[in-house]
Amino acid sequence: MTNVLINAPKTARKGEVIELKALILHPMETGFRPGTNGRIIPRNIIERFTASWNGAEILRMDLSPAIAANPFVSFFAVATESGKITFRWTGDEGFAVEESVAIDVA
Amino acid sequence: MKVSPSKSPSLSMLRELIGRWAALALLPAVFAASFALAQAGTDTRRSGYQDMGAALQKMQDDDTANPGMLFVQLGQQLWARPAGATNKACADCHSVADMKGVAVRYPAMVKDGDKPIDLEGRIRLCRTAHQQAEPLAPESRELLSLAAFVANQSRGLPIAPSDDPRLAPFREQGAAIYQRRQGQLNLSCAICHDDNAGKKLAGVTIPQAHPTGYPLYRLEWQALGSLKRRLRNCLIGIRAEAYPSDAVEYVALEIYLMDRARGMVFESPGVRP
Amino acid sequence: MKGTGVIPRPKAEGPLRPQERSLAALGMTTRLDRRAFLAVAAMLSVLPLASAFATPEAMAAAIKEVVGDKPIREGRVTLDLPPLVENGNAVPLTVSVESPMTEADFIRAIHVFNEKNPQPHVFDARLGPQNGKATIATRIKLGDSQKIVAIAETSKGEFFSASADVIVTLAACLEDIT
Repeated sequence: MTNVLINAPKTARKGEVIELKALILHPMETGFRPGTNGRIIPRNIIERFTASWNGAEILRMDLSPAIAANPFVSFFAVATESGKITFRWTGDEGFAVEESVAIDVA
Repeated sequence: MKVSPSKSPSLSMLRELIGRWAALALLPAVFAASFALAQAGTDTRRSGYQDMGAALQKMQDDDTANPGMLFVQLGQQLWARPAGATNKACADCHSVADMKGVAVRYPAMVKDGDKPIDLEGRIRLCRTAHQQAEPLAPESRELLSLAAFVANQSRGLPIAPSDDPRLAPFREQGAAIYQRRQGQLNLSCAICHDDNAGKKLAGVTIPQAHPTGYPLYRLEWQALGSLKRRLRNCLIGIRAEAYPSDAVEYVALEIYLMDRARGMVFESPGVRP
Repeated sequence: MKGTGVIPRPKAEGPLRPQERSLAALGMTTRLDRRAFLAVAAMLSVLPLASAFATPEAMAAAIKEVVGDKPIREGRVTLDLPPLVENGNAVPLTVSVESPMTEADFIRAIHVFNEKNPQPHVFDARLGPQNGKATIATRIKLGDSQKIVAIAETSKGEFFSASADVIVTLAACLEDIT
């Protein structure tokens, strides 16, 4: 059950710089922690977070085990045209989640 | 709440959450007002929120940055999901509006029973007795998410413990545990949280220990957890033998702590270090 | 552009053995067969690199992989971190870089490094004029009090950096019976 919270305005003026925030449920297990039996818990992280506006990439972020669990990212984008902003997370164990929000640009 | 099949579940939830943002924008003002009132009068009680740095307070205040809200959202999905032999969802018997005010008056006595029960216990009971579904394991993600969703409906309300006279002996039991020294470190809750609250322990401010934000997202856990989990951690921290997880002692302590926090603003889901 | 922007990671299955972790902390991603394992174990027991944690040298090496021999200038980059961190599991961090963010002059990438976690990378972000503002905020894990370094790369290939020293307190009470 993947779980995502996105904060994006529903409307924007053309050329306006808007803030986008994305939060996703994920353990971001570093691969350096010992479990209760003393053995290292295997690494399980999100490796890449991308955002695109109507298909054009606006951010690409490579994450490391140093990113906190349930990773949160906030960044900015220039409102160009109405359409869809798509957020994508990929990582270990075949993790792949995609969420989109619609935006109206006047 | 209906989930529209054409949209992904989280988007529908998101739109409902957006609908509540206007109210939520007032939240920091609500806290500020109640803190101001508290400081102005003789009420010197502080929520753990006030003992945190500005960055963590911001994390709690922003519903799209608060990791606890991921669990509230999960809980909202589970609330609508039918389960068990009855194939009923929580939503089939309860409206979400019904849940407003519930978390701030718990723990409560079990109906026709002689033991008090906390919110998670109440949800587990509904699950087996009314939905006739598999029990939800204590501290499991599903149970915590449902508890977070229900508790979130009381956010902004003052803590209003039940005046049920049957709770009185358990409240006294909780008060006695709170005052009693225990564990290898021979500390009582009162020594840290009454006598030394506000001072630092290993670089961190000792809070007054009011359960204003449960279930909450604790950075130490990197997950949402219940008050019971926190109490258990405290007991282990003072090197006392922790009560078994279904022990009435935890509920008794919670009854006492909620009474001690009467009137304080409920913040669930809180964020704490 | 130096570096692929992808955080190096060990390729093989299963958790790293301690010697492999030491190598991984230095950016080496080889797994070891038994003979090599014993050889490295012998080596590492003598060298002062037996700890599995990154060092300022590992951070410098990771920075060098990105920057190469180009000079790194101070200024333009603001690294926002709480000076005293209540819990190292989730430390809010914001990196802002002054830039017009136009097609002619924009920030191409922001790289963040740490010096005492088990590995020196925090994140690498690729940006462009479409961002309007070169600001990224996230939450990071810090295992100890240490220095964090943020490096911004402009579209003209210049590097600017800022660093911050953070004090990380650990939880006062142990939570689990260990």
